Amino acid sequence: MNQFQYARPAKQKAAIDLLVKDQNAMFIAGGTNLIDLMKRGVMTPEKLVDINRLPLKGIEKVQGGVRVGALALNSAVAEDKVILEKFPLLSLALKSGASAQLRNMATVGGNMMQRTRCYYFYDTALPCNKREPGTGCGALEGFNRMHAIFGFSDKCIAVHPSDMSVALVTLDATVLVTGPKGERQIPFIDFHRLPGDHPEVDTNLARNELILAVDIPESPFTKNVEYLKVRERASYAFALVSVAAALDIDHNTIRDARLAMGGVAHKPWRLSEAEKALVGKPVSETTFEQAAEIAMRGAKAFEHNAYKLKLAPNSIVQALKTAAGIA
Amino acid sequence: MAEKKNCDANSPKGNNCTHHSEERRTFLKQSSAMMALALTPPTVLKAADLDEKVAEKFEKVPVTLEINGVKQKLSVEPRVTVLDLLREQLNLTGTKKGCDYGQCGACTVHIDGTRVNSCLTFAVMQDGKKITTIEGLAAGEELHPMQEAFIKHDGFQCGYCTPGQIMSAVACIREGHANSEAEIREYMSGNICRCGAYPNIVNAILEVKNGGQKV
Repeated sequence: MNQFQYARPAKQKAAIDLLVKDQNAMFIAGGTNLIDLMKRGVMTPEKLVDINRLPLKGIEKVQGGVRVGALALNSAVAEDKVILEKFPLLSLALKSGASAQLRNMATVGGNMMQRTRCYYFYDTALPCNKREPGTGCGALEGFNRMHAIFGFSDKCIAVHPSDMSVALVTLDATVLVTGPKGERQIPFIDFHRLPGDHPEVDTNLARNELILAVDIPESPFTKNVEYLKVRERASYAFALVSVAAALDIDHNTIRDARLAMGGVAHKPWRLSEAEKALVGKPVSETTFEQAAEIAMRGAKAFEHNAYKLKLAPNSIVQALKTAAGIA
Repeated sequence: MAEKKNCDANSPKGNNCTHHSEERRTFLKQSSAMMALALTPPTVLKAADLDEKVAEKFEKVPVTLEINGVKQKLSVEPRVTVLDLLREQLNLTGTKKGCDYGQCGACTVHIDGTRVNSCLTFAVMQDGKKITTIEGLAAGEELHPMQEAFIKHDGFQCGYCTPGQIMSAVACIREGHANSEAEIREYMSGNICRCGAYPNIVNAILEVKNGGQKV
């Protein structure tokens, strides 16, 4: 691992100032992805600004919803009473991610900031436009079993591995950030980027901005929800495909719906058109199959991930059935 | 048990084991310490300074940790993980380095009562915290109930993952996530056993949980 300078400011402003002053400085919170990448030489920050002393751990009810501090631990959010009551989908997604140990370390902000990545990103002996812009994408013509079927570019076909983020995009969350120019809010759906010509940039957070909290608005999706994660072992593995489904059902008719997928794109993949197709329809397998068909429009596979073209719609139908209680 | 006699886990400086691997480790440590000495400018930060300033790359940072009930004032480089601090500086080699990337769970310790992968956190980030390792689990010569149960149920073959499994298992019960075999399997998934002792590990945890002993 490279040598680095270390600072642990007690104040938000001091933390941001350190990043403003030093182009090669980064924040560190839980460190579960960053330290992993540093050990492999994939990331080599020259200064780490440890933000764990900032008072950003709270989970609190606010007007219109719940505010989750950026440093709240994944395990704490997953077990939180208010979250379980109001946003059980978020709890399900968090519990399906990583391991118990990692959830005790990983923060909400850090989970969002984990790199969109694949094994070519990790292997410093191979080309990767995300790790070293301009070197090419090893996955395009290589082993691309885990890779994207939506929203990719010829520069990068990696997927974002966060389960939490799939739930938060489903729940219409907003990210509160602060930086040298003051606070601003970013809709969760716009927080992560598609790769385009700049796969080295995963998010729309500026380099010297700090995530303060995630705001989740009140919603009717407190009961008929499901987070289905399909993976190669029963636990502690990245999703091949995951589905977050939330339904508001009134006498067997779908009043409103939210749907998103993980493991299929460079960012959590919200399925707005499929949601619209669900509204007003009766709860039935046919309804869900129609929504899945719409959700898959535009999907395109590579040599080794064509199975996702079948797995994804099947998972959507399964998740919706479970959410609706007809599985 | 022969090894146990040579190791004093309760010594404030960790276990003073004297077998061969330990000699090799000491040699490696001394030689790398000499290397470090050649490279390191003679600066060591004072404890109170750190909140005000940035620690330089080779600067040793003061860290106070309570490890297995003993408060220790240490001096570490920022890039030293908790795992490396325990094993290389404190000779607490019960905590194992498996993958070193947070994938296997062999390095599991408790920090302020919660289980974490000690390979994925820097010691400087844990300043002021309480760490419990496998060496701190037994009460003197009396094994922790989970240690007893692992022996009784053959919860291991090669034993390399065992300290991490046991630390994780204790936390699993304390968290309230050991109410069924399925729940135990889910909440122990961060600890990989290459020998495949999983059924026996689950049985050991179930027995301790159902036995109602204080863990």
